[in-house]
Amino acid sequence: MTTIRPSTLIPLLLLAALAVLPFAAESYYTAFFARVLIYAVAASALNLALGMGGMVSLGHALFLGLGMYSVALPAHFGIDDGWLQLALCVAACGLVGLVTGAISLRTSGIAFIMITLAFAQMGYFLVVSLKQFGGDDGLPIAGASRFFGLELASAEAVYGAAFCLLLALTAWVARLRVSPFGMTLRAGRQNARRVASVGLALPRYQLAAYVLSAVLCGLAGMLLANLNAYASPSSMSWMVSGELIVMVVLGGMGSVFGPLLGALAFLGIEELLKGLTEHWMAIFGLLILAVALLGKSGIAGLLARLDARVPARRSPRLAEGRA
Amino acid sequence: MSASLLIAQLLNGLQYGVLLFLLAAGLTLVFGIMSFVNLAHGSLYMLGAYALAVVSGATGSFALGVAAALATGIVVGALLEWAAASRLYRRDHLDHVLATFGLVLFFNELTRMVWGPQPLFVALPEALSGTVELMGFFYPAYRFLIIAVGLAVALGSAWLIHRTRLGMLIRAGSVNPQMVGALGVNIRLLNALLFALGAALAALAGAMAGPILSVQSGMGEPVLITALVVIVIGGIGSVSGAFYAALIVGLTDTLGRTYLPLLMREFASREIASAAGPALASMLIYLLMAVVLALRPQGLFPAHRG
Amino acid sequence: MNSIGKTTAVALGAALMLAGPARADLTIGFSAPLSGPVAAVGQDQYDGFMLGIETLGGKLGGQKVTVLREDDQLKPELGNQIARKFVDHDKVDAVVGLGFSNVLMASLPRLVESGTVAIATNAGPSVLAGARCASNVFSVAWQNDGSAEAMGKYAQDAGYKRVYLMAPNYQAGKDFIGGFKRFYRGEILDEVYTAVGQPDYSAEIAQLQAADPEAVFVFYPGGMGVNFVKQFSQAGLAGRIPLLSAFTVDGTTLPSLREAALGTVSGAMWDVGLDTPGNAEFIAAFTAKYGRAPSAYAAVAYDAARLLDLAFARAGGDRTALAAAVKAAGAELKSVRGPFHFGSNNMPVQNYYAFETVKQGGKVTPRKIGTPLAGHADAYAAQCAM
Repeated sequence: MTTIRPSTLIPLLLLAALAVLPFAAESYYTAFFARVLIYAVAASALNLALGMGGMVSLGHALFLGLGMYSVALPAHFGIDDGWLQLALCVAACGLVGLVTGAISLRTSGIAFIMITLAFAQMGYFLVVSLKQFGGDDGLPIAGASRFFGLELASAEAVYGAAFCLLLALTAWVARLRVSPFGMTLRAGRQNARRVASVGLALPRYQLAAYVLSAVLCGLAGMLLANLNAYASPSSMSWMVSGELIVMVVLGGMGSVFGPLLGALAFLGIEELLKGLTEHWMAIFGLLILAVALLGKSGIAGLLARLDARVPARRSPRLAEGRA
Repeated sequence: MSASLLIAQLLNGLQYGVLLFLLAAGLTLVFGIMSFVNLAHGSLYMLGAYALAVVSGATGSFALGVAAALATGIVVGALLEWAAASRLYRRDHLDHVLATFGLVLFFNELTRMVWGPQPLFVALPEALSGTVELMGFFYPAYRFLIIAVGLAVALGSAWLIHRTRLGMLIRAGSVNPQMVGALGVNIRLLNALLFALGAALAALAGAMAGPILSVQSGMGEPVLITALVVIVIGGIGSVSGAFYAALIVGLTDTLGRTYLPLLMREFASREIASAAGPALASMLIYLLMAVVLALRPQGLFPAHRG
Repeated sequence: MNSIGKTTAVALGAALMLAGPARADLTIGFSAPLSGPVAAVGQDQYDGFMLGIETLGGKLGGQKVTVLREDDQLKPELGNQIARKFVDHDKVDAVVGLGFSNVLMASLPRLVESGTVAIATNAGPSVLAGARCASNVFSVAWQNDGSAEAMGKYAQDAGYKRVYLMAPNYQAGKDFIGGFKRFYRGEILDEVYTAVGQPDYSAEIAQLQAADPEAVFVFYPGGMGVNFVKQFSQAGLAGRIPLLSAFTVDGTTLPSLREAALGTVSGAMWDVGLDTPGNAEFIAAFTAKYGRAPSAYAAVAYDAARLLDLAFARAGGDRTALAAAVKAAGAELKSVRGPFHFGSNNMPVQNYYAFETVKQGGKVTPRKIGTPLAGHADAYAAQCAM
């Protein structure tokens, strides 16, 4: 038996705490942490493209928005069947992800950042001008999504759904990282030429990861729409895309627990700073700068450094491979 | 659609284009040579506008205000280069995006802390506060100054890049920065110089825009995104590419905004046209960029790569 | 007591003070955009509200009051979160502010569900005035269309035959143009919708010039308004074509516009040019305390404090009676804007004035030139089932 290292133990303890939170805390905290969990799902989705595939997408808010409107638009016409909304969300995010991904992946580096931003901006302007669906004012959602007997009406229900989704996603990502698919993606991030020379069609792997990431981000959007009972184009603005990137990097790029740690730290720090001063954004900006200057291993990287202090029975290299 | 109106719109597009060029020139240089993505470039534009508003407000002299904006650009640019950018050149673009995103938040809040959330007042220079009549049309005289300054900077940068030793280093640096360093050029000094120069141009753009726009916190972001579109269309690292692309974007945006809704009325009902026209017009430059990138990922006028 | 003990005691005392503010009888949750591009609007509301409470001796309805302040950053999602915090966590007696229409709409579900009295000081979206009206949600500000309707009436009365309309391409923009058209019967040369947050309007102004209208009506709030009015004046059109507007030239933008705004006419329910009872005192108190002139946003929030004072006095300790008390207090309120009461849909019934920006004693200031709509109720009340 191996000892559990701090880099795994601390996030697991955190997950355990989050699992009991809705039973212990009042509704406001449940709603706040539901938001954290939803953003953690969205950041996990982005982590697939960004952390594993090295695709710096500054347009993931587009998929968050698509997810929100896949709930809001059917609800607007009185359709609250969650499965139908889910199908719509998967189809819309999948299709848009496929088309924009195929075009965007023709470029790389800054051009990739810019073209993903461009697609998101187009989506934003489109939704803002849709007067019959609320436009800039957004669209209230009268009836929450219904999955068989379960209705995502209360903060607790959304919390539960988001928690389960995040748990499943985290477990899946942990496996995906070390699967041939994940290995190819991560190798491509480090050296695309070598991957190509081995005979793997990297662009296909990247496109698949991008589309997956888009669809998962859409699911986060569906939950967010249910939590707020409201869909708004402001969730599609480029600042939200930027915030998602910050969460991923803050947590630790490509790591399994990074997105959760990042989302928690980002929204938590924002909440704390706001209580201190109305000029919290200046402090927050400098914090982000510091994170960027200090390197991108993020919080997950800090925890990994803790590991080094805990004596391990087995060789560290082996244990690292399992992380 | 009279001819004089078309001329006025072309002038508007030209003026918007050269203003974009002032921003894009620095951005593309810093990107081409240091391979550094600087989202905080828009903050320098904002600081330039604030410097103009504060100094010209206190002294009553527009020229002093512009000088203050240039000085602000150089000083803040050099500081930024020293404190943040120079430590990030070797990292990948993601760290650049992150660091400068943080700086954007910081600068926006800083201006709000110092000057409050209200927009600042900026007076037009007295001599240029009137209008010029063009075939029965009134055009603001001040906008001619913007066009003149923009074109002068374009000519000046062409001279700098093609006729001077510094320009030679810039051209060499955009092709192979390591080689330039290996040949004994102080690449750190060159980087700092270029960064400050780009920052000064951004601040100049802000100062020129100050009298026509609302000088307030956050004014840099919309124009920064457009400037990024410009450098991607023009080909990253190419100053002449940035110039042509700035004019293309300026004209596309201006003419698209004006004529697209009118054009759509020919094909669709007025109701649909007045809803879809503006939406399409605001997407136009992004559409343009997506098409350019899809067909020519390296941009329309790329800097020559070795 | 040694110095360490002393420090500990002081620290403990400070911690206690932070943990629990002096126990108050009432808690009010105030939310507004206090950071970001429209922070000026939020700050004015907060300052106006606090001034209102201060002039009432720090009490509302005779009870001591604590105001909790939250910044919605103009993000609907945060508006929703803040509503939950006020209702579920802080258990406030009333919520005031609620930000812009989109933020308000996002906060609405939790507020309506909880029944907590909510008073909007910055918005009155048509949906809230109509189909989704609620007995515990009030707007003490305006129904969004009001100022635009007033300008439509003004243009009609002034006899302008051909007008040109412009607004940003979003919901509020379309509402304002709709409001203008509801009262204007003449020819509309064109309706132009521009991108949200667009900085430069030179192209649109050239088109406008070519269309040669008798008057122009625009709705450009905040920075967009500063941009548009500056550029309109620089194109030499100020003085040649009358510029009518709503939420464009107001207390927050006038200081940065100054002479560029001369001659423009604005529709509003309040501005510093009003000579209603109590207004001069309010303006003087605000200017003395904050060193700047108040805007309509500050005036509305000031009224909100005085409205709550009356309502809490009426309801006594009974929180379930508060909504009805607010409604009744509306008719009692001596608002700085003049006549005021709540309509059947909890939207204000009030005068909308026309203000012309003029130069008086070297100062650029709005002057009342008429009351296009007196005792005006909105067009959506019929859709409200209350």
